[in-house]
Amino acid sequence: MTKIKSLADLRRVKDDLQEKIRLRENADNPEKLVQIKVGMATSGIASGAKEVMSYLIEELDKRNVEAVVSQTGDMGYCYAEPTIEVILPGKEPVVFGKVTLKKADEIIEKYIKNGELVDGIIPRNYETIE
Amino acid sequence: MHLLVCGGTGCRSAESDAIVDSLNKAIADRGLENDAKVVMTGCFGFCEKGPIVKVLPDNTFYTQVTPADAEEIVAEHIYKGRRVNRLLYINPESQEHVEDSKHMGFYRKQIRIALRNCGFIDPENIEEYIARDGYSALGKVLTEMTPEEAIQSIIKSGLRGRGGGGFPTGLKWDITRKVAAEKKYVVCNADEGDPGAFMDRSILEGDPHSVIEAMAINGYCTGASYGLVYIRAEYPLAINRLKTAIGQAREYGLLGNGILGTDFSFDIELRYGAGAFVCGEETALIHSMEGMRGEPTFKPPFPSESGYLGYPTNVNNVETYANIPVIITKGPEWFASIGTEKSKGTKVFALAGKINNVGLIEVPMGTTLREVIYEIGGGIKDGKNFKAVQTGGPSGGCLTTKHLDTPIDYDNLLAAGSMMGSGGMIVMDEDDCMVSIAKFYLEFTVEESCGKCTPCRVGNKRLHEILEKITRGEGTMKDLEKLRNLGQVIKDTALCGLGQTSPNPVLSNLDNFWDEFVEHVTEKKCRAGQCKHLLRYVIEPDACVGCTACARNCPVNAITGERKKAHEINQEICIKCGACVEKCKFNAIFVR
Repeated sequence: MTKIKSLADLRRVKDDLQEKIRLRENADNPEKLVQIKVGMATSGIASGAKEVMSYLIEELDKRNVEAVVSQTGDMGYCYAEPTIEVILPGKEPVVFGKVTLKKADEIIEKYIKNGELVDGIIPRNYETIE
Repeated sequence: MHLLVCGGTGCRSAESDAIVDSLNKAIADRGLENDAKVVMTGCFGFCEKGPIVKVLPDNTFYTQVTPADAEEIVAEHIYKGRRVNRLLYINPESQEHVEDSKHMGFYRKQIRIALRNCGFIDPENIEEYIARDGYSALGKVLTEMTPEEAIQSIIKSGLRGRGGGGFPTGLKWDITRKVAAEKKYVVCNADEGDPGAFMDRSILEGDPHSVIEAMAINGYCTGASYGLVYIRAEYPLAINRLKTAIGQAREYGLLGNGILGTDFSFDIELRYGAGAFVCGEETALIHSMEGMRGEPTFKPPFPSESGYLGYPTNVNNVETYANIPVIITKGPEWFASIGTEKSKGTKVFALAGKINNVGLIEVPMGTTLREVIYEIGGGIKDGKNFKAVQTGGPSGGCLTTKHLDTPIDYDNLLAAGSMMGSGGMIVMDEDDCMVSIAKFYLEFTVEESCGKCTPCRVGNKRLHEILEKITRGEGTMKDLEKLRNLGQVIKDTALCGLGQTSPNPVLSNLDNFWDEFVEHVTEKKCRAGQCKHLLRYVIEPDACVGCTACARNCPVNAITGERKKAHEINQEICIKCGACVEKCKFNAIFVR
């Protein structure tokens, strides 16, 4: 490691390093960010939820969307796996079913970025108790 | 995903190292290295249920994890996304699993400033500290502020010394700055000695860079280029992490010559203490660092004028330092908006004793004892009744039920007959005898008195003897009067701060629990059943069937009686060992 030689230098180093702990900082106040939960039960994983999750994490990062992507258990929509739940800041959660990589791309571009609804929404049949 | 594993002394003694290894192995076995990262952090504070593993981003909070659980956490949570319910914290009231830390009463009332990075970053990795805006306060001070401006910031923030006395920190810096000298020193007092206190240790273990950064800022403000950390040798983990951190800071050019391209130079060395309580007093601490006996000397001159090797020396406590970088980056107004009128910011407390959630907490000044004990601390163990809470260690006193709704700050605690101290909080329930508690603290003071001044050396010894006499049932009302007078004399005449405050546990207990002292003296009774000499074991004749079990087991043959007839205990011979109570199958023996 070369020495940090000025305040500007320190800030540059900080910006580079921040990526490493961004996940932790975002987890501290998730309500201000886009939160995505990917259903990762057996049926979800079997239908490709893991790939979708990795895709979401990578793409959101590339497209500069601050989001917390976490995994959750079976959401109960086994007929429509992989399913994901998206919570935009201050909005009600929306569940999307049969999320392929292509669908995931559409969800990021249309719903997450612009709030436009896209096909594949599953009416929520549950409420999360806080 | 990040898996944070607590690496504080408490959790490490419960194998948290092995947990990290097992988690890493389980992750490698499944090829999940790109998805999950294991980080060993500082203390989470929830020591009662350690070792803790926290999974992010979902904030899942696993308690009492063992190395064997690692496999299941990875297989279930990381791979399949299902929380491992059996390891979740159980809310003691509703008996339900609490999924994440955001819903735990323990964390809800806390504001973490001094502990901001504890349980969040890897303390052995400077990069994580820099990523959390670390060293930017030092950068800001060095390039954008004059020492005067920086000191004004600290004064405006209202920060007061967290080691116990509560002297305004900015003012102390200003005094040191104004003394002209060719050399000055900055010292960090990490000689944490109160029984049951571990705030400073946890900060040094969990976030050593915050203290290093603050000492450098202090050096710039006061005109010192040397820093010394006086730390007790009993804190090996804190020492190691501090050494690692100092090494990394040097490597990154954040300590050494010409820091961040300015002409400011600063470096830090460690000095080890052998664990004498009196060395937490700043003059004694300085003498100890100089290689002399750890004895206090009269003030003035204050260390700010003539300290280490005769040079002006600014001594601050670990927690005080941990607050400094945030005050600089977020501004004094932000800091002053937290807390009460005369006590700003937050205070870290170590909760111990008969409380459900033993651990480390940080609350805004002005939080009430009730909130701390019942909401954060989860109430008294085994559903017993709260009796008192001891704050301020051997220099403080006990607060009782009538103080439960007092907002905690420096002045309120003093007014209530205790003091803030460094932040130990020992909770007592109905089974604790207040005379014995006073005796316990006196025992500590007698042991730790350096012996230099007579009031502390002899006076405390006498106080202890009188208390011993009372707990043996030989005390008189005159003794109670003597306790008070002698205590007052020690308070007025002892040399250093420790001697002057050493009678506080006795005096405050006399004030708050007068009835209990009188009971010990006049009725020879200890309501908590702690004073062995005052106990009387009695056989209830109606319940005794004369099985002779007690008589056969009494080690001193104090029990007599014929078979199948009620037995009797000879009080003259009885040594109150309790063996008879254990052996009696008919619950016929009582303690009175």
